[in-house]
Amino acid sequence: MRDPAQIIVQGVCHCYRPAVGREVLALENVSLDVREREFLALLGPSGCGKSTLLYLIGGFLPIETGKILVDGRPIAGPGPDRGIVFQNFALFPWKTVRKNVLYGLERQALPRQERETRAQAFIDLVGLTGFEESYPSQLSGGMKQRAAIARTLAFDPRMLLMDEPFGALDAQTRSLMQSELLAIWEKTRKTVIFVTHDVHEAVYLAERVAVMSARPGRIKTIVDTRFDKSDSEVRRTRTFVDKVDEIWNLVRDEAIKALEKRQP
Amino acid sequence: MSNPLVPKALASSIVARYAPLLILALAWEAASRLHLVSSLALPPLTDVALAWGELVQSGELVTNGLSSLYRAGAGLALAIIVGGALGIFMAISRPTNAMLGPLVELFYPMPKSALIPVTVLWLGFGDGSKILLIFLGCMLPVTIGAYNGARGSDRHLIWSARSMGAHRLRMIWDVMVPSALPELLNGVRTALALSFILLVSSELIVARQGFGYLIGYLGANGSYEAMFAVVLTVAFIGFLADRIYQSMVARVLRWRE
Repeated sequence: MRDPAQIIVQGVCHCYRPAVGREVLALENVSLDVREREFLALLGPSGCGKSTLLYLIGGFLPIETGKILVDGRPIAGPGPDRGIVFQNFALFPWKTVRKNVLYGLERQALPRQERETRAQAFIDLVGLTGFEESYPSQLSGGMKQRAAIARTLAFDPRMLLMDEPFGALDAQTRSLMQSELLAIWEKTRKTVIFVTHDVHEAVYLAERVAVMSARPGRIKTIVDTRFDKSDSEVRRTRTFVDKVDEIWNLVRDEAIKALEKRQP
Repeated sequence: MSNPLVPKALASSIVARYAPLLILALAWEAASRLHLVSSLALPPLTDVALAWGELVQSGELVTNGLSSLYRAGAGLALAIIVGGALGIFMAISRPTNAMLGPLVELFYPMPKSALIPVTVLWLGFGDGSKILLIFLGCMLPVTIGAYNGARGSDRHLIWSARSMGAHRLRMIWDVMVPSALPELLNGVRTALALSFILLVSSELIVARQGFGYLIGYLGANGSYEAMFAVVLTVAFIGFLADRIYQSMVARVLRWRE
């Protein structure tokens, strides 16, 4: 038996109205169920509205058409049940790593000592021990993203929204961070929605991959990507390569459409 | 002679930095002593130094100086508090911005010294009119800095704070105010320089105390050495204030690199 749906997206449309120029339909009639404790990847070409969908679920953008339910209730703005990690890390640049990680904890009614202990535990978990008093500007990209992940995990959200979190990292760091995220997810079993345009990343991390169409974004299909990933060389196995091919075929048409749309 | 507490490299860089000043001082002294210029127009620097000593001893410089610093400090403090709050408020509230934005733009380029007679009319010859003048004159650079800085807040930072449970007010204080800080502090630096200009010019015109009054009074009495001494004192205090301010800013913004 699978866990029941924790996040329900029903018939959501979203338009961007730029200050100048015509309005852009970013999402058209998107429906999606995300099960409790599952790792779902939202995959699509750039500009397909996958981040917009994530921001809507996060409660950062107003829902104009359709509805989004979390735990059966319509969402009302952002909340600490849904933690978010951005591609640009979004660490508070004026706070040290420790203060950044403490921020979410300070919004909760925890004794000071417990906040400090929890913050340290998550700094240790992501391997930033010794960098507690560093400012984000003093860290490398990979370390910044570790700090951002620690900050989000520390206040213990039940859902993790990740917006191309490894998109700004070099290939080696990215691959390392992917394994670490998978290990953390297996330990904590939070519901994760992971936005990416990288097919390999989606297949490696997710249990299900929701493939989105080019703008206006729709859910084209959902592919089951559950198989044994414990092998450190899993990326070279037949199963993995076949899954990547299967999804890449679905994405390719959309990527071409997205490219054509950019041309005037 | 070498001071063991000051490394050689540092000492020579200090010498290099202030060498132009020393050359200027020597040229001043020489020009006056050699009668290249009239010693009435430019009294020798050594005479100015002597006059400065007398002004300090008589207490005139200190009394007038404290009075000036009080006016500048009070006006500037008000300008920073009110101007900063106003700028951030304009950045978060569209109606406020629609109301005040055009007014800020209209008054920003106005020469603030034009307000000297106005503030005297309202508050008379004492401290009040100077403080009001400095407050009005220095507020807008701070407002504009705070507004631009706060408006440029990264929306991902705002969203992060909100998703971690920060309410709107909390988010404004925790994200928008620190985001505004670099530009706000730049505005304060402009305001600091403006405050000295407004202070001295208003005291020159209407005052019974202060640096500007002292400069005007000594000049009118033909005590040019003493007048130059006060002018140099004001220049030095302005320089010092800017230096102290900049090192304070570097400390506050140390997270930036």
